[in-house]
Amino acid sequence: MRHIISLLMENEAGALSRVAGLFSARGYNIESLAVAPTEDPTLSRMTIVTSGSDAVIEQINKQLNKLIDVAAVMDLSDGDHLERELMLVKVRSEDAACDSLKRILSSFHGRVIDESNSTCTIELTDTCAKLDEFLLAIGRNMILETVRTGASGIGRGDRILKL
Amino acid sequence: MELTGAEIVIRCLQEEGVEYIFGYPGGAVLHIYDALFQQDRVKHILVRHEQAAIHAADGYARSSEKVGVALVTSGPGITNAVTGIATAYLDSIPMVIISGQVPTFAIGEDAFQEVDAVGITRPCVKHNFLVKDVKDVSVTIKKAFYLAKSGRPGPVLVDIPKDISNHKTDFIYPGNVCIRSYNPVGKGDSKQIKRAVQMLLEAKRPMIYSGGGVVLAGAAAQLTELVRLLGFPCTNTLMGLGGYPATDKQFVGMPGMHGTYEACMAMQYCDVLIAIGARFDDRVIGNVEHFAQVSRKIIHIDIDPSSIAKRVKVDVPVVGDLKLVLDQLLAELRNGKQKPDASDLASWWKQVDEWRVKGGGLRYKNSTEIIKPQYVIEKLYEITGGDAFVTSDVGQHQMWAAQYYKFNKPRRWINSGGLGTMGFGLPAAMGVQLINPGATVACVTGEGSIQMNIQELSTCKQFHLPIKVLSLNNRYLGMVRQWQEFFHGNRYSESYMDALPDFVKLAEAYGHIGMRIDSPSDVEPVLKEAFARKKDLVFMDFQTDPTENVFPMVPGGKGLSEVILAEDL
Repeated sequence: MRHIISLLMENEAGALSRVAGLFSARGYNIESLAVAPTEDPTLSRMTIVTSGSDAVIEQINKQLNKLIDVAAVMDLSDGDHLERELMLVKVRSEDAACDSLKRILSSFHGRVIDESNSTCTIELTDTCAKLDEFLLAIGRNMILETVRTGASGIGRGDRILKL
Repeated sequence: MELTGAEIVIRCLQEEGVEYIFGYPGGAVLHIYDALFQQDRVKHILVRHEQAAIHAADGYARSSEKVGVALVTSGPGITNAVTGIATAYLDSIPMVIISGQVPTFAIGEDAFQEVDAVGITRPCVKHNFLVKDVKDVSVTIKKAFYLAKSGRPGPVLVDIPKDISNHKTDFIYPGNVCIRSYNPVGKGDSKQIKRAVQMLLEAKRPMIYSGGGVVLAGAAAQLTELVRLLGFPCTNTLMGLGGYPATDKQFVGMPGMHGTYEACMAMQYCDVLIAIGARFDDRVIGNVEHFAQVSRKIIHIDIDPSSIAKRVKVDVPVVGDLKLVLDQLLAELRNGKQKPDASDLASWWKQVDEWRVKGGGLRYKNSTEIIKPQYVIEKLYEITGGDAFVTSDVGQHQMWAAQYYKFNKPRRWINSGGLGTMGFGLPAAMGVQLINPGATVACVTGEGSIQMNIQELSTCKQFHLPIKVLSLNNRYLGMVRQWQEFFHGNRYSESYMDALPDFVKLAEAYGHIGMRIDSPSDVEPVLKEAFARKKDLVFMDFQTDPTENVFPMVPGGKGLSEVILAEDL
């Protein structure tokens, strides 16, 4: 099953590789990993999208907690949460101009953030699944380039991960 | 007063009460060696290979309750150390490794003797640090010692670039450090303790399974009390030997691949299993699906939550420091009036004793013609009164030592259980002998393993370490040969050790006493003579039966009740 795990860790050199190394060394999946410092510059917040059986997910949580640099771990999938991913998609100008793409774009609440003579860059922010749907809707042939950040997750309401 | 980074390193070691460090100098640690030279509180043991420095620090730590310390240079210094560090990591040994690094301005330029020490050791340390500012040296070393010995112990590496060891700053050693993201556990949850006690009291076929965690936590006394209070059978893993006295009637021997028949069967068929500082390793429970075929309740006590429910489902997990948790369990048992049901326990013991008879105990067919390796260990046990520190390398001799030397005290059996590192025994014995001067230290090894770190005979000479080396020389990589005999159609691929040196001459060349023993009748007199030489290292080259196999055996991938006894083949 797919899980979104959030963690707070020391914003120190090497901390990211400890997490990434843990996943590869123990054979766990990483679908995506997004990380940046928080409002407290000594801490980074990471969102990892992974999958596995309940036992594997339990081990992932425990092994992450065991890393000395990791200060807090929360499996967002255990409760209500929000996830958002940012995607940038570059298409040809003539494709962008056609009505069908315009319709898809507006139904997915995407927006054009750059236009040149030959290309057009679209920005979308939504759940990972929604972004997948968008790509499917416009079709691979139209896409020149795709950049995705990986999901960022946060608990709903009073579910807060803070030190 | 301002000190250099190097002087600060040594001052920190002094503050930590470090008596001995093990190391090997090189370019990146020259400043640290210079600082070492100008004091005499921290004594340095010059090994002949960095791997041995780590194993020696490891033996030092295992046989005491101290943190082992090693000092190596950059590049090959640290890569040579990696096997030792991984050995310590797999067995959770508290250790601080200080490594030199190329100067900060040269990092990343593929400088001479540069290797990413922090990167290369990351998967085999509890934690590691690269110190980038001389102001951070003392606090980092303080953190390293704290991390190494608290919680689940482990090796911690501090990588210090050469320029940092030469920069100056004020020296202040912090009294204690706090790491906000690291909070080792203490007592166990009292509700879980109550559940565990209830489950133990209601058990009809209970079994106590303890591991290396008990030894590391210094909880052998509590374990012994618990086993006696409950009256249950107890098994100690390879890492846990000595946690419960091996000569006691409630001890059923070691479980697992080369465990006793009764320990394997009792592990398999108990209805309540309490695991204490053990981790259901593949060498202990064998095939995990086979183990799960029999339903039993499991109580698992460990300091590391990630050890719990890693390989088997657990009914009552208890996370905590074993010493404190066992104290809690004992208090709970004493407060309650309830006792285990005597008749249930009696019929369980009847079953266990039947297995004891069926297994026939640890046994081998002795010979007057050829030396049986088991006989050497039996005599070693007798002659040392069961009171020696015994280190071992890895292979058949390790299993025979674990089986036939009955350890009644913790921290006496020093072996590489997790990583299975050949070449561990001799350097580990050096660390053991240094921290236990005057104690009897035996290194049980084979002609294969000993050659992986034989250069340390030179270190032993320099530092007058009167270790007794018992090499069970069967001219084969015995455990490999055994598996090839059982599972690879007697095709002894590369397991024969041809062109062996004359170990007597070799020992003599290093300035020690060498003895070659060919006849079973010479085993006892030679051992007596060797152990009477209190000041000398004696290398005993026992010419043992090359066809001897280790029994019982649970073949790889098989279940505990599929254990093979000697007569089954």
